[in-house]
Amino acid sequence: MDIASFSLMRNELILVGIVLILLIAEIFTKKENKHKIITLGTVLFGVATLINFLPLAEGMLFGGSFQTTRMTMFMKSVLNLGVFIVFLQSVTWLKREENNEKISEFFILIISTLIGMNFMISSGDFLMMYIGIELATIPMAALAAFEKYSEKSAEAGIKLILTSALSSGILLYGLSFIYGTTGSIYFADCVVNINNNPLQTFGFVFFVAGMAFKISLVPFHLWTADVYEGAPINVTSYLSVVSKGAAAFTFMIILYRVFGSITKVWEPLLYTLAVATMTIGNLFALRQNNLKRFMAFSSIAQAGFILLGIMQGGELGMTTVVYFMLIYVFTNLAAFGVISAISEFSGKEEITDYNSLYKTNPKLSLILLLALFSLAGIPPVAGFFSKFFLFAAAGAKGYYILILIAVLNATVSLYYYLRVVKAMLIDHSDTPIATFKTPWPMRISLLICVAGIFVIGFASAIYEYISSISFGIN
Amino acid sequence: MNILNLFVIIPVLTVIAIVFTKDFKGARVAAAVGMSLQLLTAIILVFSYFAQRKAGITGDFLYLSDYTWFKTLNIHYTVGVDSIAVWMLLLASIVVFAGIFASWQVEYLAREFFISLILLATGVFGFFISLDLFTMFLFYELAVIPMYLLIGIWGSGPKEYSAMKLTLMLMGGSALLIVGLLGLYFYSSAAGPVTFSLLELSKISFPIAMQRFFFPFLFVGFGILGALFPLHTWSPDGHSSAPTAVSMLHAGVLMKLGGYGCLRVAMFLLPDAAQEMAWIFLILTTISVVYGAFGAIWQKDLKYINAYSSVSHCGLVLFALLMMNKTSMDGAVLQMISHGLMTALFFALIGMIYGRTHTRNIDQMGGLMAVVPFLGVAYVIAGLASLGLPGLSGFVAEMTIFFGSFQHPDTFHRVATIIATSSIVITAVYILRVVGKLLLGQVREKEYLEFPDAKWYERISLVVLIVPIAMIGFYPSFLSSTVMVALNPIVERLTAML
Repeated sequence: MDIASFSLMRNELILVGIVLILLIAEIFTKKENKHKIITLGTVLFGVATLINFLPLAEGMLFGGSFQTTRMTMFMKSVLNLGVFIVFLQSVTWLKREENNEKISEFFILIISTLIGMNFMISSGDFLMMYIGIELATIPMAALAAFEKYSEKSAEAGIKLILTSALSSGILLYGLSFIYGTTGSIYFADCVVNINNNPLQTFGFVFFVAGMAFKISLVPFHLWTADVYEGAPINVTSYLSVVSKGAAAFTFMIILYRVFGSITKVWEPLLYTLAVATMTIGNLFALRQNNLKRFMAFSSIAQAGFILLGIMQGGELGMTTVVYFMLIYVFTNLAAFGVISAISEFSGKEEITDYNSLYKTNPKLSLILLLALFSLAGIPPVAGFFSKFFLFAAAGAKGYYILILIAVLNATVSLYYYLRVVKAMLIDHSDTPIATFKTPWPMRISLLICVAGIFVIGFASAIYEYISSISFGIN
Repeated sequence: MNILNLFVIIPVLTVIAIVFTKDFKGARVAAAVGMSLQLLTAIILVFSYFAQRKAGITGDFLYLSDYTWFKTLNIHYTVGVDSIAVWMLLLASIVVFAGIFASWQVEYLAREFFISLILLATGVFGFFISLDLFTMFLFYELAVIPMYLLIGIWGSGPKEYSAMKLTLMLMGGSALLIVGLLGLYFYSSAAGPVTFSLLELSKISFPIAMQRFFFPFLFVGFGILGALFPLHTWSPDGHSSAPTAVSMLHAGVLMKLGGYGCLRVAMFLLPDAAQEMAWIFLILTTISVVYGAFGAIWQKDLKYINAYSSVSHCGLVLFALLMMNKTSMDGAVLQMISHGLMTALFFALIGMIYGRTHTRNIDQMGGLMAVVPFLGVAYVIAGLASLGLPGLSGFVAEMTIFFGSFQHPDTFHRVATIIATSSIVITAVYILRVVGKLLLGQVREKEYLEFPDAKWYERISLVVLIVPIAMIGFYPSFLSSTVMVALNPIVERLTAML
């Protein structure tokens, strides 16, 4: 193995470099200059995001433990974009007095989890995947508990770490059976020994359950709402978009790569999970009043739609899932950006607080409106395309009843998204949130998101590109 | 460039222009200019289309153009029109044009109002020009969603409730449509690569089991928008809460999307199932026709009366389509156009009357003919068209429908026709009752005497609607025969199975 082949880990190495630079910067920065780390971190990360779009050779490292393909590169870019937007949205929050000491912590923790996610996606064996998952989870708990004097935040942290520990246990338990029956942890060696052996199926079910915790599929979703509500809002947006996306990507890749021969086993499993996730997620979202909890359940429901694509098992499925996640990054972060800006300014997070928002802050209201319409899958915004294609992926399998359930769920989801729209545009309030000017990093992030929401749907070239690098079960 | 693309480009440019206007005056002028151009384009399209036909150009669709959009999914942006679509585009342009002038006095968030209204219109235009089911569906959904904002923000009465009910029911309909469309898409693989293209799909004969499964999805999905009983309940609430222009557009054009979709997609592409299941839907639509008419008798609110009457008349469209012979289907298209014009006229008048009396309850009004003769006469014309007086469009359409549907020799179809015919009588009851109470008799209140008669913008709005109603009434044969030509391939495909 020569040095040049390390370039396959380009994104990971750059991220590690950024973490080290930030650590050193933290040591040498005076107390009154700490906020400069925000600029440093964001700019460095922006550069890293751009660099990752440059083409790179495909290949393997460490005897197949680490794999780089154009698909994994693209997935990492999707996650990078999400993190970059989250960083932009966190600027004002990080500049607060109480966060002054913890600025570099925030960057380092988030980038660490991102490195973990990169390893998950690129993993070529179960051990690498597991290490990636742990690296992606444990700093996350620290992030959730970031506001250490807030009870809810601390609660969110402890809830996240406990459920993660449990789910990791379940995952490992399942993996040990798979290792026992196939005799290897390498994906390439496992594939040949995957059959309908009951012990293996047993292990596989535990593996699915463990991953379902990470993607927060029903019935493994119970931690989601509390953690989302308790964690600082920028961490919540990170959790709901990037973390979920990484877990979904990993899950999909492993299903396709390793368990491709037992689709008969996992299709009914995913079918049930998809129906339960969409339905329960939607029904609970109907009655939320806190916007963070609302977004939590909405993101659970969205995860149910992702399963429709994963289940397809072919290139179409992978394309639609990645395309959906790409659009979801922009859409969900647009919604979270607005919620975060308003929460930052007024501390208000209830739906009723948004009454008459359009009169005082028309631009923010319109962005939130677009984001919610995109989440609900209304044309001409991008969400329509990504949802339609996910349904098409399910249709390719002939699951018309599942599509019906999914679209009816999408209709239900429209109801609660419209509730927010109604609050902003129709309901009257005597004390609306006052007009305010959003800080410029937030503006840039929202601008990026809105551009994404409008462009990605119409620009079929993006879809075609994803399609050209996707792979299915062969 | 293809003239059909203008039907998307002009509205979008108008929306952009409105964004840059300063106040409600600028917004309405921009909207009026944009939609006048649109109407002009539609008229030019009609003339050039029939000029080309006269020159002997054949083919089911003219102005075809095709751009590949999502290559791997074989999704295209395909446009093209036959004479039905041409007439529907003209109808939509007229109604939108009239709607802009009918809402001349909207001041509250006027820019947003006109933007939403024109977005809705974009959806409608796009729907009629599309020949690819994906883009067709995209435009369909685009037309539905601004309704929520339009009714919720600018509506009256229980507007939040009505807006939500309407949106959710229509989106429920499009949920069914997605299933149906994907069914068509994937089953088209039998004849080459999967496709959403209407032209390609119409060449395939799908297996009967597949047709039986997907036909109800498509027909009911579009049928909800066409107020198919018992899924019509969004219509009375929605129409009565909506602001004037929205009621006009919605009853006048949007509900026609339902009938047009049933014809062009559900029945045309899945003819065997259509033949087989027609009787179920025929019973439902017969109920729609009679029930809507009876419903209108009991109402006191002008808008509710007209909304129920729309249920009845749109029911007649679906009824005639399901009769599945050339004459009745011709009548169905005529009825779509005729009802689109006269219901828009009705809603425009109701809005104008309400703007003066501030009530829509017919028991509280009377003698309006004496104080606002222009509005009064227009209302009588709309009423007479609605109850089918010869010389106006309603007569032509209904006559053709019943004439066609009675051609069926069997008892079932004849009984259904006879029951549906009774709606004419019931329609006469409620129309004449309203005309009597509202317009004739003593002037009810003193303040009525100070009412101004129709202003210039109101007159424009009314006249553009009345003129085509009379034109169709006096000279229906051109419209009727051109529609007949376009129906040929559809009827052939439907009857080939018999």
